[in-house]
Amino acid sequence: MKVHYHSYDAVIVGAGGAGLRAAIEVAGKVKTAVITKLYPTRSHTGAAQGGMCAALANVEEDYWEWHAFDTVKGSDYLGDQDAIDIMCREAIDAVIDLEHFGMAFSRTPEGRIDQRRFGGHTRNHGEAPVRRSCYAADRTGHMILQTLYQQCVAREVNFFNEFQVFDIIFDESDGERRVSGVVAYELATGDIHVFATKGVLFATGGFGKMFKISSNAHTLTGDGPGLLFRKNIPMEDLEFYQFHPTGIYGFGILLSEAARGEGGILRNVHGERFMERVAPTVKDLAPRDMVARAIHAEIREGRGAGPDKDYVYLDLTHLPPEQIDAKLPDITDFARTYLGIEPKQQPIPIQPTAHYAMGGIPTNVEGEVIGDSNGTIIRGLYAAGECACVSVHGANRLGTNSLLDIVVFGKRGGHSMANYVSQTDHIDLRRGVEQDVLDRISAIKSATGGNKVSDIRTELQLTMTDNASVVRTAESLDAAITTINRLKEEYNNIHIDDKGEVFNYDLVEAMELGHLLDLAEAFVIGAQARKESRGAHWRDDYPTRDDANWMKHTLAYRDADGQVRLEYKDVISGRYEPMERKY
Amino acid sequence: MTMDKSPQIDSHEKEVKVTLRIKRYNPEVDTRPRFQVYEVMLKPGDRVLDALHAVKWKLDGTLSFRRSCAHGVCGSDAMVINGENKLACVNLIRNVGTDLTIEPIRGLPVIKDLVVDMEPFFAQYRSVLPYLIANDDPGYKERLQSQDDRERYDDTTKCILCACCTTSCPVYWANDEYVGPAAIVNAHRFIFDSRDQAASERLDILNQKSGVWRCRTSFNCTEACPRGISVTKTIEEVKRAILYDRV
Repeated sequence: MKVHYHSYDAVIVGAGGAGLRAAIEVAGKVKTAVITKLYPTRSHTGAAQGGMCAALANVEEDYWEWHAFDTVKGSDYLGDQDAIDIMCREAIDAVIDLEHFGMAFSRTPEGRIDQRRFGGHTRNHGEAPVRRSCYAADRTGHMILQTLYQQCVAREVNFFNEFQVFDIIFDESDGERRVSGVVAYELATGDIHVFATKGVLFATGGFGKMFKISSNAHTLTGDGPGLLFRKNIPMEDLEFYQFHPTGIYGFGILLSEAARGEGGILRNVHGERFMERVAPTVKDLAPRDMVARAIHAEIREGRGAGPDKDYVYLDLTHLPPEQIDAKLPDITDFARTYLGIEPKQQPIPIQPTAHYAMGGIPTNVEGEVIGDSNGTIIRGLYAAGECACVSVHGANRLGTNSLLDIVVFGKRGGHSMANYVSQTDHIDLRRGVEQDVLDRISAIKSATGGNKVSDIRTELQLTMTDNASVVRTAESLDAAITTINRLKEEYNNIHIDDKGEVFNYDLVEAMELGHLLDLAEAFVIGAQARKESRGAHWRDDYPTRDDANWMKHTLAYRDADGQVRLEYKDVISGRYEPMERKY
Repeated sequence: MTMDKSPQIDSHEKEVKVTLRIKRYNPEVDTRPRFQVYEVMLKPGDRVLDALHAVKWKLDGTLSFRRSCAHGVCGSDAMVINGENKLACVNLIRNVGTDLTIEPIRGLPVIKDLVVDMEPFFAQYRSVLPYLIANDDPGYKERLQSQDDRERYDDTTKCILCACCTTSCPVYWANDEYVGPAAIVNAHRFIFDSRDQAASERLDILNQKSGVWRCRTSFNCTEACPRGISVTKTIEEVKRAILYDRV
């Protein structure tokens, strides 16, 4: 195993939408490396389907303030309103930027960027659904990912593809913590690469693989948050995790909310449109937390379909076939491929699927990572996208706001990192900073414990899906934490088969599992403590929102002894006062 | 509506024995590739990717293959399944059968097992200027594009760079100088985009001897494309654009 040394001004970890958007901002200004465990175009941004909201008002009256109101309300008043204002205001330029980059948006008959309805997005503070989502058929994320990668190719961005970052190095010589480098593992050779750098931006995506039924890629294992969590960076609001209402039954593969935006209807086993009962105004276009809970209730109350009565239907059969082919080609293909169903004639069996982490690495609106509840900025450290928590999504993200988040805050994070590194000097890396990574690799390869990584991961996924999903109770969360604690013990006694250097995914999966376990533990401890129901965090034993005690962000720390400790910080308020959330 | 004819998904489908004959090569041990046979139990509705995971997670952790999204949008898991280029995650056991021979895609150097060196493929992609080139200043507003103009290049926007097409091409197997179908698809994406102004530069690149004229119209690429892109038609349109200066 060789060790290589590199020197850069800035390093971006992850090459999905947020990482690539940041790279566009940074490359050309300072010497930049983008380190990604996948080829950039494999990133999970490419799986996003429905669109990206911005109040362009191309097809009907709309204002960014309406978008901000919907986002605040959607967040169940846990979103920070300064950040939400920025995101919704800059959304318009972000879409225009993408169009100028060559993004293949669907168009109106006048040739403008077309817009469609989406869950929770309304006209005039909740009156009716509004056409706000800019889209490219049902492959908007694919188009954004391709477009941003194309722009990086045009700018000759320096990629280190299939390199996985295993450590970050901080310097504390002047009494303050400052980024000085990262240590990465090259999958093709097993070599170690030490990158001396003044700035690091994490854009590693989510951690949906802690759940069994998940829309997330196998590679979404929370590497960035997991790594920083071990370095005493707190994680914000981990207990707020979004379950997308419409995952393909059994697979969890995403079927976009755009299906309902185009007129699709959710039905129970009796054919009843149950969302009419739950959200009389916007019906099937209620926000995801409410729809997922409504589905859960239908199933729990015996109105689910199938031999186990554990799914409901997404019905598109009443839509014109041409509309399905033009607007929803990919998701209808998924139904054909995985369930053998023709969505033009048959309703599609669906169930909620683990989808998106509202929480993550705490940042401010400049993408700077916040190291504690006092707002202390960690110099040189940035995060953007799903791995970060600004917080624009609060307790529940509205559909399309994730694609918006990555381009707006990817750009802002990249911009501020470029500024910072051009005004600061390199710090000499200590000799041997890679030793910890070398030790961890050799410990895993030489371990002879009886447990398998895949068995532990499977059990983690089962307990999280059963006990920490759409609906939680003290009892279910206790069951989850008991299992997680045992799995963490078992993780200390694993073995892997592959001892080689070349494309050793056995080793990589073992490393990734460590992150999933740590984050799941903090997630569940945060959920146990939060004795209220807000957004995606629903407690059957505390079924109301408690603003007096709980309108605050959770910060979970991993102390030196490995124990999780919780702190809280205030939500940043703004013009929208908390009110009951009805749709 | 009545739900009488609604699909019933059998979550208790019986497992069947699936035999995988996988071409293995470990550069740290092997001097040449070898086949290794594994047997796993799977449901007919499981994916070929699930079969590979069953092998890796239950029987043999040394098996290496790329994968990520597991539903056909990221392009990581292109491989040769029973002789044809496919994505392992969009093919179900029910459709491909229980006797599977799995090999790495051809024409790119094998690094380990099913993992090939993708760098030559991406270098060819980069060589065709695969990004919008437009020198006009549209100001602070979107460029307009009619629905017909948008439709003109829709097919090629679907490409996920999985390399199924390029590595199914017999010309590419014989001559790795050939830019290959995927690069041509991604050039087409911009040549026929009404907003782009560099079609002639790309056509010059594809008019070189490593360009479109290497294509012998075997249609392997079109059959292999998991996104249903009419790859051969795309290549023909580029050829005509060069010949007749017609975009």
